[in-house]
Amino acid sequence: MVAISTDAVEETRRHCARRGFTYTFLSDPKLEVISRYELLHRAGGIEHNDIARPAEFLIDSTGIIRWVNLTESITVRARPEQVLTAFDDLKLASPATK
Amino acid sequence: MKRRWNSTLWTGFLIILFGLLSYIPLFSLFPITRDFPWANLLLLAAGALLLGGGVRRAFKQPQVYRGKIFGSVLAVLSMVGIGLFAYGLLYQARQIPSAASAPRAGEKAPDFSLPDQNGKTITLAGLLASAPGNKVNVRANGVLLIFYRGHW
Repeated sequence: MVAISTDAVEETRRHCARRGFTYTFLSDPKLEVISRYELLHRAGGIEHNDIARPAEFLIDSTGIIRWVNLTESITVRARPEQVLTAFDDLKLASPATK
Repeated sequence: MKRRWNSTLWTGFLIILFGLLSYIPLFSLFPITRDFPWANLLLLAAGALLLGGGVRRAFKQPQVYRGKIFGSVLAVLSMVGIGLFAYGLLYQARQIPSAASAPRAGEKAPDFSLPDQNGKTITLAGLLASAPGNKVNVRANGVLLIFYRGHW
């Protein structure tokens, strides 16, 4: 599980420490990867800065995207059970080998 | 005769205030009340009914109940608050780019290389090649990539 935002490494580190998050948080302050995934939200931030629009991708072990969730409202995100269902489908389609 | 304190009016206003202020610290924490703010809208509707009743009786029975002026002020404040709440959550929250050209299911996920919260460089290829818990000779089943708006 990997999260990406425009927050700087230092800000993300503080955020993780405060909330006790242990999974990986990546910093993309130059919006390189956010642009590569076509998820740029211009002036969407609290200070009208450019940020990522919310999105979730499930990528299989061969690097192919198997499930995408693009919300239409910032109050709505993928629910854990949706992601688990998508992950079960992925495991059924390609059981982990080696 | 001393006029009575208009409790309906104030109860209504307090419920509206709670309905407006409780979304972020309370109801946004649970998906069922966050995705659509029905709990807050119910509170606002209940508060508006009470407040409306309070204002009504202040004007209809001014010799019995207080609150003509205060009731009107609170009613206007409440309408502005409810308007802003509805605008923010039902309209502005939906004003995000459609991401029509974002990668779709079945496409190859674009690779990336970015620093994590500890400053370590992480690549998608590296994540896919590694397994949780660093088990040897086991590949990851997959990677869940979450783009979020940042913390504030």
